[in-house]
Amino acid sequence: MTDLSPLDAEGIDAAVAAATDAYQAAQTLDELKEARLAHTGDKAPLTLANRGIGAVAKEDKPTAGKLMGQARAAITRAHDARLAILEAERDARVLIDEAVDVTLPTSREQRGSRHPLEALQETMCDTFVSMGWEVADGPELEAEWFNFDALNFDPDHPAREMQDTFFIDPPESGLVLRTHTSPVQVRAALARRDALTNEGRGIYVVCPGKTFRTDELDATHTPVFHQIEGLAVDKGLTMAHLKGTLDAFARSLFGPDARTRLRPSFFPFTEPSAEMDLRCFVCDGGDPDCRTCSGTGWIEWGGCGMTHPNVLRAAGIDPDEYTAFAFGMGIERTLMFRHGVKDMRDMVEGDVRFSQQFGMVI
Amino acid sequence: MPKIPLDWLEESVPLVPGSTGADVAAALVKVGLEEEGIDGGEISGPLVVGRVMSLVKEAQSNGKTINYCRVDVGEHNDPAGPGHKPDNKVEYPPSRGIVCGAHNFVEGDLVVVVLPGGVLPGPFPIGGRKTYGHWSDGMICSAKELGLGEDHDGIIVLRHADGTPGLLPADVALEPGMDAIGLLDLDKETIEINVTPDRGYSFSIRGVAREYSHSTGQPFTDPAGRVEIAGTAVADAGESSAFPILIEDAAPIRGKVGCDRFAALRVTGFDPAAESPGWMKRRLTAAGMRPISLAVDVTNYVMLELGQPLHAYDLDHLVAPIVVRRANPGEKLVTLDDAGRVLDAEDLVIADSEGGHAARAIGVAGVMGGASTEVSETTANILLEGAHFDPITVARSARRHKLPSEASRRFERGVDTVLGPIAVHRAAQLLVEFGGGEIESVYTDVNATTAPAPLTTTVDFPGRIIGIDIPADEVVASLELVGCVVERDGDDLTVTPPTWRPDMDAPITLVEEVGRLRGYDNLPSVVPVAPPGRGYTHAQKVRRQVARTLAESGLTEVITYPWMSEQRLLDMRAKPEGILRDTIKLANPLSAEQPYLRTSVLATLLDALKVNLSRGAKDVGLFEVGRAYRASTIGDIPDYFEGGTITPEDVARLDEALPQQARRVAGIMTGDRVPTSWRGKGEPYDWSDAIQYVKRAVDVVDLPVTVRAGDAGAAEAFHPGRVAQIWVGDEPIGVAGELHPKVLETLGLPARTVAFEVDLDAIVAASQGVFESAVPVSQQVLAKEDFAFVVDAPVTAADLTMVVTDAGGDLVEDAHVFDVYEGEQIGEGKKSLAIAVTLRAADHTLSGDEVLAVREAIVAAAGERLGAELR
Repeated sequence: MTDLSPLDAEGIDAAVAAATDAYQAAQTLDELKEARLAHTGDKAPLTLANRGIGAVAKEDKPTAGKLMGQARAAITRAHDARLAILEAERDARVLIDEAVDVTLPTSREQRGSRHPLEALQETMCDTFVSMGWEVADGPELEAEWFNFDALNFDPDHPAREMQDTFFIDPPESGLVLRTHTSPVQVRAALARRDALTNEGRGIYVVCPGKTFRTDELDATHTPVFHQIEGLAVDKGLTMAHLKGTLDAFARSLFGPDARTRLRPSFFPFTEPSAEMDLRCFVCDGGDPDCRTCSGTGWIEWGGCGMTHPNVLRAAGIDPDEYTAFAFGMGIERTLMFRHGVKDMRDMVEGDVRFSQQFGMVI
Repeated sequence: MPKIPLDWLEESVPLVPGSTGADVAAALVKVGLEEEGIDGGEISGPLVVGRVMSLVKEAQSNGKTINYCRVDVGEHNDPAGPGHKPDNKVEYPPSRGIVCGAHNFVEGDLVVVVLPGGVLPGPFPIGGRKTYGHWSDGMICSAKELGLGEDHDGIIVLRHADGTPGLLPADVALEPGMDAIGLLDLDKETIEINVTPDRGYSFSIRGVAREYSHSTGQPFTDPAGRVEIAGTAVADAGESSAFPILIEDAAPIRGKVGCDRFAALRVTGFDPAAESPGWMKRRLTAAGMRPISLAVDVTNYVMLELGQPLHAYDLDHLVAPIVVRRANPGEKLVTLDDAGRVLDAEDLVIADSEGGHAARAIGVAGVMGGASTEVSETTANILLEGAHFDPITVARSARRHKLPSEASRRFERGVDTVLGPIAVHRAAQLLVEFGGGEIESVYTDVNATTAPAPLTTTVDFPGRIIGIDIPADEVVASLELVGCVVERDGDDLTVTPPTWRPDMDAPITLVEEVGRLRGYDNLPSVVPVAPPGRGYTHAQKVRRQVARTLAESGLTEVITYPWMSEQRLLDMRAKPEGILRDTIKLANPLSAEQPYLRTSVLATLLDALKVNLSRGAKDVGLFEVGRAYRASTIGDIPDYFEGGTITPEDVARLDEALPQQARRVAGIMTGDRVPTSWRGKGEPYDWSDAIQYVKRAVDVVDLPVTVRAGDAGAAEAFHPGRVAQIWVGDEPIGVAGELHPKVLETLGLPARTVAFEVDLDAIVAASQGVFESAVPVSQQVLAKEDFAFVVDAPVTAADLTMVVTDAGGDLVEDAHVFDVYEGEQIGEGKKSLAIAVTLRAADHTLSGDEVLAVREAIVAAAGERLGAELR
């Protein structure tokens, strides 16, 4: 084979075509590199032809230079085009090769959870705080007289028997585990009394917390349970305000159509007193077989009433000047019917599977 | 709670036509009497009269003896011939075979039989079945099975074989096979209602009928008004034939004489063998009382009807006069239930004068009569007592002797003061009607009752409290309807409550009456506008966020009971004088095993961990926010406030005296924190995780935490070498680390279980009112220096970090130990601690010389203060 002459236009074209074909034929970046070296390396015909420019006649040099320049540009274009395609293919392949099974378990640490009773209690408090109410706390071990007498429970009144109280040993210690969160109402009222009488600042508080009664644990009873009670003291408060507050509370927990009804009842610390029922949020009274309301259309939710003047007097508030209402409901009971919990025991045994059914916000 | 047979109710108020028990219950709920249950109307036949033809007692391997009975059930009999398999080896006369476990009947007795196809309350469908080696075609029924009361001791005998009456009187014709549903009025409904403590009068047909009338507008006829009193009452028997009654209460309770009315009426010469009419027995049974004898049944019947408890004494055993007095200390009495009781000086007793004036107690007033003067099957002369006793006296005696009786239940809630003479006459008339005899014409009525005090109010008061306009006429009408006498003078009302409403003691109680008669169904709903609030308190925010942080860090919140046993204290290696033993004891714990309130939240959290492990969980992390209670902090609980008003100072004094009941947060973790997975082997929870959880909790308030090695005094349950004291400022707030191997072994918990417990209130207190002040964020370049020091083994990471930080002064931005190495190269009793230090100045980039100076200062200080050598 004779060397290609830098003036051999046909030969140069053929060499360019050969290089272009080789590039096109390259299926991998390595093959492309091989082809490039073959067609542009030291021994490649075009390289040698280029080197031959120096040997051609002076008047032919421009022609040879032009021919060779065109040839180099053509094969570089062909190479780069092929390179771009092959690199794109390689990049795409990497993404495919690197694919993983994204459905593998991702958990690294144990899942934690709030207890739904605590989460629900917070949700309830949030509602009241958003209405401008405050949240009050008080002791769980309470003086017997604060738990009863201050709330108009006469020591000999049969109402005292309604409460199954845990007494602290010795019985003359005068201490009980509070049977309701009501003593906190009195504490909260006392703490705000001066602002009420001096500044006319009405008292609006809820008292959530743990309460104790001597019931054995079963599907619907637990000796340790949680209540949320509310107390409002202001000028001109009526049962209509009580109803409005309960309806607002019901709507926040059960949706915009929720409503309540009141039925006459008795509690020592309220007069008039009422039981409070929630319209069944599942069937709205339309399903005689409804499991949430047992087909009655109403769910017993709590007790309420206008705070007894004796209770206001005990807190040093003049019942002729101010009126007040109070209400209370069990948080366990609310959780049970709101979330279909069938057995109270699930709430108290501490099985993580129970708590983990619920989110952080319920 | 009272059970009201509807046919009885209907004698005083006609039911709304077509009403069922459910309708009546719904009407009563509207005025405040809640339904507890409805009996009757739930039974379908065949339920028939049966005659026990034969009865074979058969001892069973389980220790019971059963009766195989052949019972004649008339038209329902199987024809004569072999019994149903497996009783087909014997020829029987026309009858059915029934197995019965009760033993209070004999051959020839008439009983109640439910046959296959019948349905008992429950609903409990009856079928034939094989039992105890026989085929049993249904059952012989007890009162409880028929919903006729709680009596489950034996089956109902309608009439005994010897002709003596059973449940039904002799004049009722009974034949085997007769339908028993109609016979026993089982198609009639009885509703049980819940009476709130303020409405004692509703413990009677009279009271419930009145309430039903209030709810429905149906006309009420007072059954007490139907009683005619023919005789003459005398307060002081004197020379008259009336039985002398004296009230001599030397020690009234809370200023109230124990008895303010006592009516006594003789009935003589009635037939002791006379029996109560069937309808009376049925009504008593339906109301939950057991028929006993005519005299007893009549007193119970009148009590159920009118609400006035009555007592019948055997007149021939009484020695006049009867005296109502307080018991002598240590005085003894055998009550009707044959229990010997030692009386308290506060007990009010009825005494007669056997052995001297008022010498013999014959009953605890309003609670239970005595055995010595009890009416018996031979009693032909009785004295009926219809008295009014002080509710407090009766309540205390009933509680003291644990004797809640039908009488005490009524007296405690208040009995109408006018009823005594009416009720004794009603009882006497019934007794004479069914047993013959004579009612004395002059009777005793000692009456010191006072009329209810009038209340003054205004016509608009009910409307102002309820929140609706109520016309004055409606207010007056409602009050009159419930029995008040109302005088109106313009807008002012003077209201005298009825004698049966001792609860109506203040104007506010009138509001309730007006309100409940109107009903709360149409009450407007008005949301009151509270003044702008202050949101959650600092403590509330911190508590909430600590719980959230722990939950987000992987722990699950639980709530355990605060009860603790002595054993748990031993399990936790509680020291004799330690805080764990500073226990408060319950006087009436649910379980005698667990009388203590927890002194540590961890003490009860252990149980929750056990529950999870026992249910198959392996990797568990729990926390609880709750209180622990300490006995030594109890002061003198101040007495109830005098003068009726509590002041904030009273509360402060009380709070001072209440036991410490700090909120604490505790956690317990076992198994893997990071589970074994496709990425590699799991990482178990270890002591450092326990400490880290506490740090995260304290980070909520961004207080600096100091971790110190060792037991701060309340960590007996922890591994002494793997427990840290957690300090915030100058206060130790708790402990964290690995539990003691012995504790874990004793409790059957996995080795290396870790835990923490800190005082949450302390975290709140330390951060209350603290505003963190911001330090400008430096833009300067960071310098990093690492050191490896060889120190004596007891030198802790915290020691080294503190020295390094001190030595570096303000330039040290962070210093933390990142490696610990012990081994031969280091030498016995030594270890290498590698610490990374980052340095930065606020205002300039540190020069090489500056960094070198700090480095040298650190090396020098570590050497001087800890004997550390740079490796």
